[in-house]
Amino acid sequence: MNSEELRTLQRKAIEIRRVTLDEIAHLGVGHVGGSMSVVEVLVLLYYKVLKIDPADPAWEGRDKFVMSKGHAGPSLYAILADRGFFDRSWLHTLNVGGTSLPSHCDRTRTPGIDMSTGSLGQGLSVAVGMALGHRMQGLPGRVYALVGDGDTNEGQTWEAAMSAGMFGLSNLVAFTDYNRMQIDGPSEEIMSLVDLAGRWKTFGWDVQQVDGHDLSAIDEAVKAAVAAQNARPRPAMIILETVKGKGISFAEGDYKNHNMPVSRDQAAEADRILAARLEALETQGVTT
Amino acid sequence: MTFVAPRALATAGADAPEMRAVYSQTLMDLAAEDPRIVVIDADLARANATDKFRDAYPERHVDVGVAEANMVGIAAGLSTTGMIPFPGTFSCFAGRRVFDQFFISAAYAKLNVKLTGSDPGVAATYNGGTHMAFEDIGVMRTVPGLTIYEPSDPVTLRALLRESAATYGSSYLRLHRKYIAPMYDESFEAELGKGIVVTEGSDVTLIATGAVMVPEAITAAETLEASGINAAVIDMHTVKPIDRELVVRFARATGAIVTCENHQVNSGLGAAVAEVLVEEWPVPMRRIGVHDEFGEVGTLDYLKERYGLTAQSIVAAAEAVIEQKRTMERAQ
Repeated sequence: MNSEELRTLQRKAIEIRRVTLDEIAHLGVGHVGGSMSVVEVLVLLYYKVLKIDPADPAWEGRDKFVMSKGHAGPSLYAILADRGFFDRSWLHTLNVGGTSLPSHCDRTRTPGIDMSTGSLGQGLSVAVGMALGHRMQGLPGRVYALVGDGDTNEGQTWEAAMSAGMFGLSNLVAFTDYNRMQIDGPSEEIMSLVDLAGRWKTFGWDVQQVDGHDLSAIDEAVKAAVAAQNARPRPAMIILETVKGKGISFAEGDYKNHNMPVSRDQAAEADRILAARLEALETQGVTT
Repeated sequence: MTFVAPRALATAGADAPEMRAVYSQTLMDLAAEDPRIVVIDADLARANATDKFRDAYPERHVDVGVAEANMVGIAAGLSTTGMIPFPGTFSCFAGRRVFDQFFISAAYAKLNVKLTGSDPGVAATYNGGTHMAFEDIGVMRTVPGLTIYEPSDPVTLRALLRESAATYGSSYLRLHRKYIAPMYDESFEAELGKGIVVTEGSDVTLIATGAVMVPEAITAAETLEASGINAAVIDMHTVKPIDRELVVRFARATGAIVTCENHQVNSGLGAAVAEVLVEEWPVPMRRIGVHDEFGEVGTLDYLKERYGLTAQSIVAAAEAVIEQKRTMERAQ
């Protein structure tokens, strides 16, 4: 992508972080860590890659996205509101009784959400079924899925991995939000995913591993994945090296940020830093 | 004893098809009419006869190997694309192993997943305790909005399966897969949620479900008739939603109920009927079924005796519940 496009998406990533933080801070508690680590991949998908129509969320020919780590709903909601799937005023209803925006993604409540997730390990199987359904019906849409590294502890994720490889699903691209943190501590200490790329390769996937906060690197990886799938039918995995809580001053890199209370003061301070980054991007064309 | 439901002329044993063959053939008939029908197996296509479906419609059959959780998730994903998936396994795995996947990815997501669990209860015979589901109806009854049905013969299996395919929403089919003679006339069209009045009666109502227990209930009614007791028999093929109106009508008409199920009495048909009775028309009742025990190996006849799933047990329960009814009437 050219530098102007990159800058637009970088700006979007900062804005989405700010809106996501505002959603969670308005409620006072939420899944800060896992919502922030996936912002770049979601921005790339929803502003560049996915063929979707906010005016017609159920369009048959669309691409589909499964957020298998369903607790990252808040950053996806910020994007869906910005893309016009629903009104921005909904964002302050996160987890309020009767809301259309529950902390875990729910296809029955939220326009633009393709699958209900939250019980970890189930999303990739559903994405495999979607990809098979598209193949059976000759539907053009591709299926994208995002699994977490905690999600990857679940056996069902590997059942899905095995079957997607076996079925040669060339219309399925999955990402791992490899932030190396889980609720009880660093993944290396709780349940190691050492040689994660090798594990997926063994199951017959095309595998890449990139900086999950580098928008152009993710973009190149998606293009390379599709090229690899066109060359030989197989599912593609893009492992995103990410930081849990990325960009949020009080949360970044702290494994206790999975689901945490957020005070107005903390949020204001973090937002001030994000605003300064946006300013720097506008004036100097750089971001961190 | 007068049969109200149109009864098949065939006698038991003659022309009895395998229920699994009827299941697979009905899915093939449906597939010929509707391109959205798809079958998913977890290495039990041969056991459930859906290998016939696979051979007829290879492009609409998926075998995931021994991975039932993935099977249910894939079914949910297929449903999001408009397909009508029929994942199948043994009932023990349907109720226990994939409960969360079926609960969240299918039912909670309000998708259209038609899960089939075969070899229910004692029908698992030589597979024994690990495979003997006495609890699948119970766990499935806790899934909001789910339809649960257990056909008693090939005719009702065909009709109910077709209705399920035509009705949006997830369902659980408890499938007896062995040889069962048609009980009803070929033209009979059972309806989900509507119990079948097999015989009318005035002294006691036997409410049974499934291919193992409905015939036992009919045999019990014949035995009771010989001793002057007039028993109604209801084939309650749909356990959820239970036909409340029918239960109340027969509670009022006969004042005594015996439920008969190839399942534990806690949480299954007996529980569902009891819940209706205590809320709407309390009458004495007994529950024939498995009483807080695990399964074990044996022949079907051995296991039916072992767990009291016999006409003889039903007769004794009917006599006891009628006696209780009379005692209560005298006390009033």
